Amino acid sequence: MSLKAFHILFVAVCVLFSLGFAYWAITEYRTTHESALLVCGIFSLASGAGMIVYGRWFLHKLRGVSYL
Amino acid sequence: MSAGVLPYTVEPHPVTGLYSGKLGTWLFLASEVMLFGGLFSAYILLRVGAPEGTWPTHEEAHLSWKIGGFNTLLLIISSVTMVMAWANLKMNNFPKARMYLIVTVILASLFLTLKISLEYYPHWHDGLKPSTNVFFGLYYTLTALHGLHIFGGIVVMLYFIGPGAGLWKTNPEYYTNRIECTGLYWHFVDLVWIFLFPILYLMN
Repeated sequence: MSLKAFHILFVAVCVLFSLGFAYWAITEYRTTHESALLVCGIFSLASGAGMIVYGRWFLHKLRGVSYL
Repeated sequence: MSAGVLPYTVEPHPVTGLYSGKLGTWLFLASEVMLFGGLFSAYILLRVGAPEGTWPTHEEAHLSWKIGGFNTLLLIISSVTMVMAWANLKMNNFPKARMYLIVTVILASLFLTLKISLEYYPHWHDGLKPSTNVFFGLYYTLTALHGLHIFGGIVVMLYFIGPGAGLWKTNPEYYTNRIECTGLYWHFVDLVWIFLFPILYLMN
């Protein structure tokens, strides 16, 4: 597996992590009402979406590089 | 092939389809998976088996999700800069690749600085040491081992930014492959943290 393939896997894990973290932050916000949690939850959701866009851009940029 | 020259450092081996460095890196990472996997399993089993009320809460453990979250962000960005260094080498742009490697080293150093100054030092000062309880024994083992891996990555990257950069002039493909292996290692280390962060900082 090349760094290209491993990076795509990494981006996928990061997207899942971002969604999980956003879920955690928003759930905690509902009980504690700490505004930092809401901000982080929204930022994490936006980061997850950003990582998907980045992943597509990365694949396009390195389309000539092997996955092996 | 002459005697004393490492075989398949640039071209792939006909059997594996990989150059030697990449095969070696993946074998090394396989052993790392077993090392961290064992420690993760130990943490989870001890956490699940702990009698109610004996496992410290995040407040009792003095662990801030804000510091941990920021450090996670630093490592995620460092993986992007690392892969950009490799991608620029693939496009024969050495100065830009070097700049991305320097940024990766800065981000990694910042991670370690924050970890030590905002977490380890206050913990130690408050008497929260590995001998305090099972949680801190595992916390220090997992995070310090991860920190050592970060430090090792910094040393390797500094070598490729400095004295090891001469290889780019004599054998650019070999140099690019070495950066790819460093990138594989770096991604693995960052993935470990992405699993460590929720286990230590978010799950109560």
